[in-house]
Amino acid sequence: MSRIKACFDRLKKEGRGALLPYLEAFDPDRETSLALLRQMPEAGADLIEVGVPFSDPSADGPTIQLAAQRGLKAGATLKGVLDLIHEFRKENDHTPIILMGYYNPIDRYGVERFCKDARAADVDGLIVVDLPPEESEELAPYARAEGLDMITLTAPTTPDDRLKAILKDASGFVYYVSITGITGTRSATEDQLKAAMTRLKAATDLPVVAGFGISTPEQARIASRISDGAVVASAIIKDMAATYDEHGHATAKSLPTALDKIRSLAKAVRG
Amino acid sequence: MPADTSITSQLNSLRTGPDERGHFGIHGGRFVAETLMPLMLELEKAYNHAKTDPQFQEELDYYLRHYVGRPSPLWHAKRLSETLGGAQIYLKREELNHTGSHKLNNVMGQILLARRMGKTRIVAETGAGQHGVATATVCALFGLECEIYMGATDVERQKPNVFRMHLLGAKVHPVTAGAGTLKDAMNEAMRDWVANVENTYFLVGTVAGPHPYPAMVRDFQSIIGTEAREQIQEQTGRLPDAVIAAIGGGSNAMGIFHPFLDDADVPLYGVEAAGLGLDSGKTAASIARGKPGVLHGNRTYLLQDDHGQITEAHSISAGLDYPGIGPEHSWLNDIGRVNYVSATDQQALEAFQTLTRLEGIIPALESAHAVAHAIVMAPTMKKDQTIIVNLSGRGDKDVPTVAAHLGVKL
Repeated sequence: MSRIKACFDRLKKEGRGALLPYLEAFDPDRETSLALLRQMPEAGADLIEVGVPFSDPSADGPTIQLAAQRGLKAGATLKGVLDLIHEFRKENDHTPIILMGYYNPIDRYGVERFCKDARAADVDGLIVVDLPPEESEELAPYARAEGLDMITLTAPTTPDDRLKAILKDASGFVYYVSITGITGTRSATEDQLKAAMTRLKAATDLPVVAGFGISTPEQARIASRISDGAVVASAIIKDMAATYDEHGHATAKSLPTALDKIRSLAKAVRG
Repeated sequence: MPADTSITSQLNSLRTGPDERGHFGIHGGRFVAETLMPLMLELEKAYNHAKTDPQFQEELDYYLRHYVGRPSPLWHAKRLSETLGGAQIYLKREELNHTGSHKLNNVMGQILLARRMGKTRIVAETGAGQHGVATATVCALFGLECEIYMGATDVERQKPNVFRMHLLGAKVHPVTAGAGTLKDAMNEAMRDWVANVENTYFLVGTVAGPHPYPAMVRDFQSIIGTEAREQIQEQTGRLPDAVIAAIGGGSNAMGIFHPFLDDADVPLYGVEAAGLGLDSGKTAASIARGKPGVLHGNRTYLLQDDHGQITEAHSISAGLDYPGIGPEHSWLNDIGRVNYVSATDQQALEAFQTLTRLEGIIPALESAHAVAHAIVMAPTMKKDQTIIVNLSGRGDKDVPTVAAHLGVKL
């Protein structure tokens, strides 16, 4: 059984939703992001989204955009991110890792080679922001062949008939972009989220997680109850980035700050 | 159209692209986040409907004639031709359009579409500010809210256009991310759009972006080539021996090329901005120095590093300062129908001055790249041969930049 499925099955038994914190690989440097990745499960991460830095993250807000720039400055490459996950796996074999990024670095790397290497690094799922179902056949067959879940994105703008069509072949879980907007800006209301989940659950049996605009423990608690999990990205990065020195380098406070934020989110999700 | 010309001529035509999913060969497509995908499908439907609606075409024709000022003249640049001593150069005078460039052709088409779709708020990206000014202009004309995203570097080097946009009632957002040029403005405009999808129309200024933008912008700009093709035949009795246009995203070039694509004997030249030189690392020549990749909704030639990170473009001309190119150009390059060449900043500066002195026409620095290639080509051709150069914009906006390069303090 895949790590993703095992994880959601276990949480279902526990009667709660998942917490999916996000980290931008190599932000602000490789060692810090590896240390954060390693300590995230103990702080309460059920699944982890690892962002692959890209020069032009047009679906992301300023917080993730700046994190990506720091990551690139620290030397992040797609290969480097896979190596990071490979190192993480030496100590952790159960926490699902989902790579999140844009298509061009994968395209340049070569889709087939990338899927093989991602499998070898024990990645579990892929979210490619700018690869909608209409274009996903470029990547999906290779991902499937390597047992990688291609996580389907859905949005408030996705009509019901389209939901059914694009979720037909979805695997792993479904990611609901809960606002029309970029990451780390506004938030969906409880009612909006509830209405969306009704639509989504009618179209898929897979777990559905909500992301974009979830920043406080209370928002994470609500989202993880209405859906099957809450993704928190910008809020963690923002707190952590506030601890960097004037050169954008990590300080002694950086790691504890990010982990504290994850702990408070995890507590709310479990509470 | 008589029935017998349809099937075979369409099969042999280079003008029927893209396919139904927006692909030109391996290029094009719709690489956008799911939030935008339903909008792209809606836009495609609305455009397909408008395209075949005679009322839409009538309305567009009305505004093109009485507001934009079409048709634009085709001017035989005799002094320039004589001085170069070779082919006769004809200038397609797109700089005489209202707002001073070819940009209004496309903007007028899209604004009428946006109105049909019931959108009340317009966002647009701009490089040199020509597209921003054109967009702000039609928003003033139709009373629509207008938000323009422009790289902070470009805001600095195109001050006259920024002020024009303010006067026209648009809000100009300087974008400081990246190098603060067109690529960054495009990212920011997409962010605005995704956050305001309900009432907002994204008015793309070039033949790039997700399907249907490349095809739609091309269709609206094709009036340039349709007119030029008729005008050159009226004036010389035959088709030209070359057509030259400058390329950033490539809308003025696609507009003049497209009606000539099936004239196999007419060579077409797209002039990329070489910047400080193709191998200087400071260039905007995406075809000459880029590789196919995916950015801003389409696959096309992109300036990028080995890891798929997009690199900064450089050109003296803000309108050409973009690391990509429209996907149809990439395809026309792959199949060899269009010759993609380049001109440096220095060549463009010289061409800017040459045309001004010999013809009394101050070209935009973008268009000066096309003129620069004509200056190279014309002397190698015979005196009875002809070249059409698309003079896509006027250079008033570039006077401060040129003065600075020439060491003149204004």
